[in-house]
Amino acid sequence: MNWFTRFLTSSIGKKLIMSLTGLFLCLFLIVHLAGNLQLLLDDGGNAFNLYAYTMTHNPLIKAVSYGTYFFIILHAIQGIVLALQNRKARNSKYAVKVTRTTGTSSFAARQMALLGSLILIFLGIHMGDFWWKMKSNQTNTLTIEGIEVQDLYEKVAASFSVEWIVAFYVVAMIGLCFHLLHGFQSAFQTLGLNHKKYTPFIQLLGKGFAILVPTLFALIPLYFYFVK
Amino acid sequence: MKLNLKVWRQKGAETGGKFETYTVEANEHMSFLEMLDVLNEQLIAEQKEPVSFEHDCREGICGTCSMVINGHPHGPMKGTTTCQLHMRHFNDGETITIEPFRANAFPVIKDLVVDRSAFDRIIQAGGYISVNTGQAQDGNSIPIEKELASEAFDAATCIGCGACVAACPNASAMLFTSAKISHLNMLPQGEVEAAQRVLNMVDQMDAEGFGACSNVTACEAECPKDISVKNIARVNREYFAATLASERVSKK
Repeated sequence: MNWFTRFLTSSIGKKLIMSLTGLFLCLFLIVHLAGNLQLLLDDGGNAFNLYAYTMTHNPLIKAVSYGTYFFIILHAIQGIVLALQNRKARNSKYAVKVTRTTGTSSFAARQMALLGSLILIFLGIHMGDFWWKMKSNQTNTLTIEGIEVQDLYEKVAASFSVEWIVAFYVVAMIGLCFHLLHGFQSAFQTLGLNHKKYTPFIQLLGKGFAILVPTLFALIPLYFYFVK
Repeated sequence: MKLNLKVWRQKGAETGGKFETYTVEANEHMSFLEMLDVLNEQLIAEQKEPVSFEHDCREGICGTCSMVINGHPHGPMKGTTTCQLHMRHFNDGETITIEPFRANAFPVIKDLVVDRSAFDRIIQAGGYISVNTGQAQDGNSIPIEKELASEAFDAATCIGCGACVAACPNASAMLFTSAKISHLNMLPQGEVEAAQRVLNMVDQMDAEGFGACSNVTACEAECPKDISVKNIARVNREYFAATLASERVSKK
């Protein structure tokens, strides 16, 4: 076997792919959140619509976004493959099993595949509702500052007035919170970064990230449903 | 004290197994294995097949005893082997569930006895130093800084019992393998073969059918010797480095 294939198919190589794609997706979450928080501005959606226009028309951003889709798919497929392989390592199940852990959430660590699947279903619905409707020109157009843009804000407001969509977004963000609670710090451990000098900081940062980012995301549908 | 035991009985590797329930009169000063000895004497007196379980030193250093007690490998006490677990930690009248370590790489031989030779093959792949040692060297003739010596020693305290595999939801052997790689790779004697060691031992671990590590840390929580998952991080980075920098380009 070639050294590179051998590395990528080893248990450590597979985990490295999970770790690197996972950390990239954490960066994506920050950028996506920063853009989406403009939905909360009281400007009739002008800032958000212009931002959405830039995101879909700047060639550099478009290239990065295709990279993001690729990493999401890679992270999901590799995660599912790993979860299935790991299940196969124990055919006879314990009658009684308690999973104690040190420094991570036992529930999140054991249910990463389930939480990940919930997030994948959420992504399907989320992109079908906004990304696809914008791509297939199912949104109205309007002119802001001389640029003809699609009114994604109107679409967001319409979706976030539907009860089940808002509820589903909140549930998905709780799932994301648990996924990040284990995933963030686990990514550094997989990279080989575990040291008393910085691991307590990474664990704290991971907890903060896992709570803050999904909470802010969940605030958007809740704000539209209850306040706007 | 009176105890109800739910014990996994399995005749052989190929047959299925099931739980049998027994009642045993033990005293609180007995170790868990002594309590099982009492059960076996009782079974022999009743002309029944005694429960097979493994033990050797019975002082917590050999790594032979195993079994999962109430959902914990080596029982619920932290940093304790089954032989060092005492009945005073259980309550009178309690029902205790006893199962073998469960992992495909550790097939059941009989009752609570599992085949842990997969660990031997991981050691054979690189858990040694290829030098003729000759006469024992004078102590301290190779100066090693205290922090490093302590780290290496902490990793070397792994008794290879397999509780990490039993505890892991993925039945991963990363804690054992990483402890065995770390304690040699951190010291000058082991450094010469460090790259081959990490590549060969991880390859062998994967070939044995253990699951991949997903950093659940159940291994560290259940390890009777408190081996740290820091060793797993160390092996991850050494595996990356050895893959990129070692002279070998294809599998031998």
